[in-house]
Amino acid sequence: MWHSPPPAVFGRQVEVIGRRPSALSGTQPGRLYDNIVAIRGATQHTGAVTQTDAVPVIELLGLSVRFGKREILRDLNISLSGRMVGLLGPNGAGKSTLIQTLLGFCPVSAGTARVLGHDISRERSRVRALVGYMPENDALIANMTAVSFVRMMGELSGLPPEAALERAHEVLFYVGLGEARYRPLGTYSLGMKQLAKLAQAIVHGPRLLILDEPSNGLDPPARQRMIRLIRDMKDSGEMRLLLCSHLLRDVEETCEEVLILKKGTIVHYSNLQQERSADKRFVEIETSGNDTGFAEDLDRIGCECTAVAPGRFKMIVPAQFELKEIYRLAAGRDLQLRRLNYRRDTLEDIFLKAMAD
Amino acid sequence: MAVYKRNYKGYCGALTATWPRFLILTRYSYARLFQSRFLVIFLAACLFYPIGCAAFIYLSHNEKFLVLLQMPQGQLLAINGRFFYYYCIVQGAMAYLLTALVGPSLVSPDLVNGALPLYLCRPFSRAQYVAGKLSVLLVLLSLITWVPGLLLYLIETSVSGWDWGWENLWMAWGIFLGLAAWIVVLSLIGLALSAWVKWKIAAGAMVLGVFFAGAGFGSAIDSVLRTNYGALIDLTQVAHTIQADLLHFDSGTEMSVWDAWLVLGVACVLCLVLLARRVRAFEVVK
Repeated sequence: MWHSPPPAVFGRQVEVIGRRPSALSGTQPGRLYDNIVAIRGATQHTGAVTQTDAVPVIELLGLSVRFGKREILRDLNISLSGRMVGLLGPNGAGKSTLIQTLLGFCPVSAGTARVLGHDISRERSRVRALVGYMPENDALIANMTAVSFVRMMGELSGLPPEAALERAHEVLFYVGLGEARYRPLGTYSLGMKQLAKLAQAIVHGPRLLILDEPSNGLDPPARQRMIRLIRDMKDSGEMRLLLCSHLLRDVEETCEEVLILKKGTIVHYSNLQQERSADKRFVEIETSGNDTGFAEDLDRIGCECTAVAPGRFKMIVPAQFELKEIYRLAAGRDLQLRRLNYRRDTLEDIFLKAMAD
Repeated sequence: MAVYKRNYKGYCGALTATWPRFLILTRYSYARLFQSRFLVIFLAACLFYPIGCAAFIYLSHNEKFLVLLQMPQGQLLAINGRFFYYYCIVQGAMAYLLTALVGPSLVSPDLVNGALPLYLCRPFSRAQYVAGKLSVLLVLLSLITWVPGLLLYLIETSVSGWDWGWENLWMAWGIFLGLAAWIVVLSLIGLALSAWVKWKIAAGAMVLGVFFAGAGFGSAIDSVLRTNYGALIDLTQVAHTIQADLLHFDSGTEMSVWDAWLVLGVACVLCLVLLARRVRAFEVVK
């Protein structure tokens, strides 16, 4: 019944080469994939990507949303251009409200936002035509079969009936529900319902896919399958994705940019793609002894250093930096180095730091 | 789909026009509704009375039949405003039952299943959603009310001559306008209650209850306060007043026709407000 999608050979090639930004000098990491897609000769893909590449995927311009007296989103300003953007935040941070605002469900109280260059207030219909949305909660018509449900959603998005039927079959096979497509949705398991929601979101070939907790309630194999599908769609080059999830691992595995919200404001933005591809080394050291002023000394020799706890320092060392310098500095201060290891901040570290600030 | 092709592809084909997309909902709703055998039988039963009326019109002009009954022509029930008034009353009642049967299954399943965000995240507005669902009821109710009513009028015109038809054109107008207003009110009430009460059975009971409760409260107000204004909340009586006026028939009601139109208008506005509040992609929890 379940079919995992085959490995996207074309996507995998892109990914492997994409880890070497130096191979194409002067190319921004975000654009690297597109160039490679063009090299592979996928003309139908490059057309779509080039069109959306010229403008940011999501632009928030002083966006504020208010429900009654309560301000849910407060003066958000950011421009996101990554192929896949992660949206993180604790419960009540305003993630779902931001998604609903982008879809034109919530009225904007101040500022505006653009999705793929289109204003969400003035070009609502255009924005919705370009977007596919997979909601967090159960949102299926129980007594319809999957194929007629997905077909109807395709038709509502503007596909002619015959094309919608063909696409419905295709996307149901793609997400792995091919064998179960004539079963009523009410008889589906939770994992199958998630896949059916994904199928309806991509049936019309959106340019931006918004996924709200796509792996919610899935067991590990089903979660893996979902993540693989998301990666495959990202690598296809046909669409941009916005992933809202509580599972930091999902976001870390798939996203290029991460936006963290807290109490309706942006508390952190991180370009994971750039950080991954940057030629920097992240070092963590533990010391014993009087380390007053040690962080400043490390800064002076070119490390970007922060003291995370007494006797613990994290730093980014430049490309040509020799670690001997750290040992030399510690020896000069009669400071004992108990441990030195390479470690970069995980998304969880970034998230927890953003929450603590 | 061949296994080797099973990777993601976008859609690059043509798109349909935006405005007629509400009919997609209508089409899918019919497909779902007509899976119920009971509904099909009930819909057929709703056409018994119009068929009987058509037979009566034909036979009342059939000389051989009248001779057989030994009745002179014109002694049978005359085909006039009174005849069509009773036609409107009977078919209006059938339309009301059909609304109670069909209406609740239109919006409430979408609300229960949380499917509204899926409709509204597409280039498809709330107005189109309501229009699509409303069309389901309007078309069904039209098929059992004013459409057969006008056919009866045409049958009578064909057997009595075009002069009769021309002289009594107001009857055709009365049948259409009276029943159209009634089915619009019924459809809006059916949809609004379906949107308000998520449980289908309760929504059906509410549709029935609105009319019975209106009649009951109206009578109570009239008898306690010794006025006639209680009748204004009895929508059935309101509709009868309008139909009687349009078909030049004295139904004995003391309600003003303008008051009756006003009540129908207010009922429609209330239903639209209710729909506007409920048909949303998300709910704000206070």
